[in-house]
Amino acid sequence: MFSKKNLKLLTDPINKDNPITVQVLGICSALAVTVKLEPAVVMSLSVIFVTAMSNVVISLLRNTIPKRIRIIVQLVVVAALVIIVDQFLKAFVFDVSKQLSVFVGLIITNCIIMGRLEAFALSNSPKRAFLDGIGNGLGYGAILIIVAFFRELFGSGTIWDIQVMPEKLYQLGYANNGLMILPPMALIVVGVIIWVQRGRNRELIEE
Amino acid sequence: MENLINIFIKSVFIDNMVFAYFLGMCSYLAVSKTVKTSFGLGMAVVFVLTITLPINYLLENYVLKAGALSWISDDFANVDLSFLSFILFIAIIAAMVQLVEMVIEKFSPTLYSSLGIFLPLIAVNCAILGGSLFMAEREYANVAEATVFGFGSGIGWLLAIVGIAAIREKIKYSNVPKPLKGLGITFIITGLMGLAFMGFMGINL
Repeated sequence: MFSKKNLKLLTDPINKDNPITVQVLGICSALAVTVKLEPAVVMSLSVIFVTAMSNVVISLLRNTIPKRIRIIVQLVVVAALVIIVDQFLKAFVFDVSKQLSVFVGLIITNCIIMGRLEAFALSNSPKRAFLDGIGNGLGYGAILIIVAFFRELFGSGTIWDIQVMPEKLYQLGYANNGLMILPPMALIVVGVIIWVQRGRNRELIEE
Repeated sequence: MENLINIFIKSVFIDNMVFAYFLGMCSYLAVSKTVKTSFGLGMAVVFVLTITLPINYLLENYVLKAGALSWISDDFANVDLSFLSFILFIAIIAAMVQLVEMVIEKFSPTLYSSLGIFLPLIAVNCAILGGSLFMAEREYANVAEATVFGFGSGIGWLLAIVGIAAIREKIKYSNVPKPLKGLGITFIITGLMGLAFMGFMGINL
């Protein structure tokens, strides 16, 4: 199951071939849900589920889908999976589902999913497609969680809604940085992550 | 009328698709290298948003919402099809994009050749589906409001992509730290533009 080649499918997207910072896919939903850690984790899990399952389904159907209508077939498969996720979230974690609002639905148009379907699932076996889906979902989730961690820590002084900034610090005059909660800071945090990543991996630098 | 202008201003500046909700970021980052192509894509987004929103509004209010089917007969008053909204919205969007593509190809080959490659991409642009989902969530009062909201969101997106493309054309000549080149600096500029747009917050006509 985990030969070297298959393991590479799983680990490459986490760093070297990360869907967000290197392939530039799926940024829309990545930034809006990262104010707090909890919705970010729920969102990552949903995306991992949808990428893996849609990759498997499309990979199974890859020889029967006519080329001209493949996009609409992909959209239908993805939309059906997203409806399952949405109903599941509404049933079991209603509060988080309310916070995520339209962004659960927007997993349908998340470019990671369409991108992986087009680039990978259409030409690979279901098993490899499954691993690729999990890998890309994890890479997406990793960035989401890093961004959400910093935004929640500096924006509200909490992690997973538990106070971590000591009370003493506030008495000394420390204040939560309200800017971190505003949407533009998510972009800047991702920009900095890209900066750090490319500073360490020189081959990723663009000319 | 005043209400419509208010919705328009709000959707262009305050609830800007890119800066407030990060919608349509993928094509925003990928296509914003030159002003000309980004203007073409922006116009296509305005076009598709203005067409799909009223259709999805009617669909939502006369077919999908809880009790929306009661215009057929009272037996349907308890039917709630809203779980189908994702799949139907995306189907309408994909169909409309296809239709728009065919109409443009027939009547204006020049526009078609300039928009050509972008049109199919728009079906999976989150700004379009996002527009429909926001429309469903915010419950606009009538078709006119939904249409104006769609048009305004499109204009806001156009404004954002043309702005970033213009900045990227210039920033090619400046001395950016190497690891930040390309994608990194674009993110940070977008963040700064977003901060500037936050100045519009609270405007109410």
